[in-house]
Amino acid sequence: MELKNRFERSIVNTLLFMGGLLVSLPFVWMILSSFKNEREVLSIPPTLFPNEPTFEHYINLFQNLNFDIYLVNTFIIVFFSMVGLLLNTMAGYGFGKFQFRGKEIWFATVLLTMMIPGQVTMIPTYLILNEAGLTNSMAGIVLPGLIAAFNIFLIRQFMVTIPDDLIEAARLDGAGEFYIFFKLIIPLAKPILAVQIILTFIGAWNSFLWPLIIANDESLYTLSVGLALLQDQNVTNYGLQMAGSTFMVVPVLIIFIIFQKHIVEGFNVSGIK
Amino acid sequence: MEVNRFKAKITPYLFIGPAVILLLIFSFLPILVSLAISFTDMNLSGLANWSQINFIGFDNFITLFKDEVFLKSMRNTFFYVIIGVPAAVISSFVIALLLKFVSDWMSSAFRVVYYLPSVTNIVAIAVVWGFLYNQEYGLFNYLLSLFEINAIPWLEDPLIAKLSLILLTVWKSNGVSMLIFLAALQSIPKMYYEAADIDGANRWQKLCRITLPSMRFATFFVTVTTVIGWLQFFEEPFVMTEGGPLNGTNSMALFIYQEGFQYSEFGYGAAASFILFIIIILATVVQFILRKSDEN
Repeated sequence: MELKNRFERSIVNTLLFMGGLLVSLPFVWMILSSFKNEREVLSIPPTLFPNEPTFEHYINLFQNLNFDIYLVNTFIIVFFSMVGLLLNTMAGYGFGKFQFRGKEIWFATVLLTMMIPGQVTMIPTYLILNEAGLTNSMAGIVLPGLIAAFNIFLIRQFMVTIPDDLIEAARLDGAGEFYIFFKLIIPLAKPILAVQIILTFIGAWNSFLWPLIIANDESLYTLSVGLALLQDQNVTNYGLQMAGSTFMVVPVLIIFIIFQKHIVEGFNVSGIK
Repeated sequence: MEVNRFKAKITPYLFIGPAVILLLIFSFLPILVSLAISFTDMNLSGLANWSQINFIGFDNFITLFKDEVFLKSMRNTFFYVIIGVPAAVISSFVIALLLKFVSDWMSSAFRVVYYLPSVTNIVAIAVVWGFLYNQEYGLFNYLLSLFEINAIPWLEDPLIAKLSLILLTVWKSNGVSMLIFLAALQSIPKMYYEAADIDGANRWQKLCRITLPSMRFATFFVTVTTVIGWLQFFEEPFVMTEGGPLNGTNSMALFIYQEGFQYSEFGYGAAASFILFIIIILATVVQFILRKSDEN
């Protein structure tokens, strides 16, 4: 579809530009406010740019609040989510490239779990973890989210396209199954895994529900749980709240903008037409 | 030779085993546990001592339908679906359509901008929007005051609070649907439009006769997933309003969380979660039936 004249084109451009401005407004306001001191952030009329830019809120996050601990915990969760991704990849390979008894049933089982809403499993999963003595532990936070059926499905779709001959040749050369998986399959799957790694990182960085339910001690809090706590305890200190939010949001924004091309393309590859 | 055969036989299970076992423990087992406890009065004392748990039949379900808070959260959830789904589907569709009109580099730049909210953390977003929505110090009311419009109680009035949460959620979730619509738009063959041009069709006719019908499946897919998403609406009211004011923004998913983890009424919460599950299944089945009859 082409636009006929410059007038129409400028209308569409203006609409998109206004929309883009509205969409990015909360981010801009968040970042600018995080550098304003406590008085200025509440001033009416509000200032756009901070009069006396200050880092006090960011220093506060780490010195007086425990954002250093939350950050470490968040990274631990990110690490385990990558282990989960490895397990998903192994399962995707298993379903994509092996023939074995009960394969269809097991794969259907995996797909079925995608349809179960999180709210239904929330309470019983907590009870199961409680029975296993894993509440208030890192294992309890990490385990429920380790496997994602949708990722297994996506990775399997890719694995199916790898030629059997390639794997057979490696076997004839005497390579073991796990050697083949790590040295042959994973390098071949790089494009799809790269996207998965980014999405898994973002998901783990943002994870909120299980850390909230499982962690009783502040020493186990993640950034998002810590930020919710910060909001409860500093209701009117908006500068501090914005600094905490900026610290959570900006790294993800940067990572997304760097890798957006791959993610958007990966979306097209996953084939929804 | 025997050993090799055995090895070849168990290899696939070594690959799928860990993931499948974890899925069974954290997805299938919970469904069974949930079904079992929804017919009991399990609560905190039952957690400590299983002999305290009593089978109470359908009592939980009967009580739920007399529970004013549950009924209110159910009505709110339907409100979210009825207002939120069209708002989310139409706005992402319009954005995708506009992106189709502009040059390639502008399209990719704006795609990133419109998608950005989707990758951000919901707690941080709720904190930021809580500030924007603040009645006294918030940016929104300040901007309105420039136009001599009185301050709006964004989160203080039950009805307006629901709409405020919908606005925030549409802002946050537009990205994915937009990408799906864009992919669908790009897959429409150019020659359809060229043929229509030769026949002298105007733009409106092309939109109604070519674009919209070609996007049927994408629209269906986006609608189904959006409905499911809104039925499970949880994090936004949880972080921003905690269901208030006066349960005005409480949703079914939030109700389940509150019963389970704030009041430790595990049996009662599990029963509520099954009602939500059934509603989700019904809503999805109805949409599939509608699509079938639409095709015939």
